[in-house]
Amino acid sequence: MMSKSLSGIDLLHLTIDDIRRIFSADDRDFLEEMARAARELTRRQFGRTISLYAPLYIANYCENECVYCGFHASQKSMPRSKLTMEQIDRECEALAATGNRSILLLTGESRFHSPPQYIREAVRIAARYFSYVALEVYPLDEEEYRELYLAGVDGVTLYQETYDRARYDELHLAGPKKVYDYRVSAPDRIARSGIRHISMGALLGLTDWRSDVIALFEHVRSLEKRYPGVEFGLAFPRLRRVADDIHHYQEVSDRDMLKIMTAARLLFPRVGISISTRETPRFRDSILEFGVTKMSAGSSTRVGGYLEGEHKYEDGQFEVFDPRSFDEIKTMLKSRCFDPVVTDWRNIVNS
Amino acid sequence: MDDKLIVGGREFGSRFFLGTGKFGDKEAMRRAVVSSGSELVTVALRRIDLDETDENILSFIPEGVTIMVNTSGARNAEEAVRIAHIAREAGYGEWIKIEVINDSRYLLPDNQETIKATRILSGEGFVVLPYMHPDLYVAKALVEAGAAAVMPLGSLIGSNQGLKMRTLIEVLIEEITEIPIVVDAGIGRPSHAAEAMEMGADAVLANTAVADAEDPPLMAAAFARGVEAGRMAYLAKMGRERKGAAASSPLTGFLYDE
Repeated sequence: MMSKSLSGIDLLHLTIDDIRRIFSADDRDFLEEMARAARELTRRQFGRTISLYAPLYIANYCENECVYCGFHASQKSMPRSKLTMEQIDRECEALAATGNRSILLLTGESRFHSPPQYIREAVRIAARYFSYVALEVYPLDEEEYRELYLAGVDGVTLYQETYDRARYDELHLAGPKKVYDYRVSAPDRIARSGIRHISMGALLGLTDWRSDVIALFEHVRSLEKRYPGVEFGLAFPRLRRVADDIHHYQEVSDRDMLKIMTAARLLFPRVGISISTRETPRFRDSILEFGVTKMSAGSSTRVGGYLEGEHKYEDGQFEVFDPRSFDEIKTMLKSRCFDPVVTDWRNIVNS
Repeated sequence: MDDKLIVGGREFGSRFFLGTGKFGDKEAMRRAVVSSGSELVTVALRRIDLDETDENILSFIPEGVTIMVNTSGARNAEEAVRIAHIAREAGYGEWIKIEVINDSRYLLPDNQETIKATRILSGEGFVVLPYMHPDLYVAKALVEAGAAAVMPLGSLIGSNQGLKMRTLIEVLIEEITEIPIVVDAGIGRPSHAAEAMEMGADAVLANTAVADAEDPPLMAAAFARGVEAGRMAYLAKMGRERKGAAASSPLTGFLYDE
């Protein structure tokens, strides 16, 4: 039986208030209904296709002190490096040789070590190998985003981590990232710069996921109204439970994840949803049907990492739980009757 | 029955056009094109990668079928024109479906930018089929701008809702006689396609409803037949639907006769 608190909800016309009710209830039958509706809507909007991409870490210097991250500045045992342009070229070549056509370039958050000029040069190189180039870097000024756009950037990923200001302040001990407002206003600057795709998310588990997801949804909805031409993407990375949890993280269960992803699909029928290799193969494969449009494949989260035999680079930012190669992911998708889409973009700014 | 459709100087035996996106498997897409007998398919430039040897979408399109590249991803006329130029330089032909969409939530076309792009590209010799919101003034402007056909949306892309724009499309069919009218978007069932053709549309384009079916080739064939049935009904000048009886004297008049 469906709980009373959820009666009257129209899944195809959800409001933020409905989502609040859905998140506070725990109703198995209702979740089943949401999953069905989300699957149907995803098929109508995207068909049976999943786009593939791979990340390339070009640097891991960082000036921030985020207590939850393995890359943070005072982590002295973490070897730091950044790739030269020549190395970036070779890494891109190696990654493109696996068949990938969509790349996400990442740096740690250090304007000193990875200045905009460095990122721009890396983008120009990547654009020669890939049809779609996205960035996950520290927030920038509008003019800097504009220059990156002109250099060939198709998308930017930027996670707010948490929308709870007090908690944000508590978890970001030092560094430029401590300024909440500069980060939360970055999507506006990205949209105004001309960059076409913006992926947003919160690191679930830093605080109550319900309030973070709702704040994220409200943020995206307001951006959508102001910048209708931008294609928004959502990701829902979650913290893994750690043995020594002095920061009081909150667990996000698989059931919660399904609730979040199906709610995202129903509220934003056209938004891209990606699922990272931080999730296990079992979870990634089972959740595919319910809204996912994008997944990373054959990922390395170390600086560099795609050149065979060159394992001199450091440990990754986080553990990859899905080690499957690009071809293995393609095979898995085909076996589930999905068309793995390798090319779904053509940069027309620099072509 | 000799009932050829002529668009951009080319003759088409089938009035059913098929979009190639959203298929779970490119081989199923190929079989859908074949089983429907469609002679014109649309492909998004953004999906074409010639380096992708085994998966390149173009290699799944049967020979003899006209490929019309669409400008999916364009937010304004300038971007649509650039996409068309890239397509032409890459050798994908002269047929362009203009999609100028600056709204990622509903995917509604920007009519004003679409007119601009149509004017530029038709001036450069492209065969231009613009996707548009059914508005009479815009349709007239598109004719004047050199469009080879107009493609009004039936309802929102991917919605399967059918002809929500019916009244406005009827106006276009009535008033735009210079070029064909191809109903595009939202056509969810063969009966929707038949309905559009009964109204007098010249052709129908579908994608989602075929790609999303359990058996896309079978569904594609069903659509092609829906289009044919609707076309035949239109040519047969079917009787008009009447609301209620139209007797000249009331049927129940005898009750009151004295």
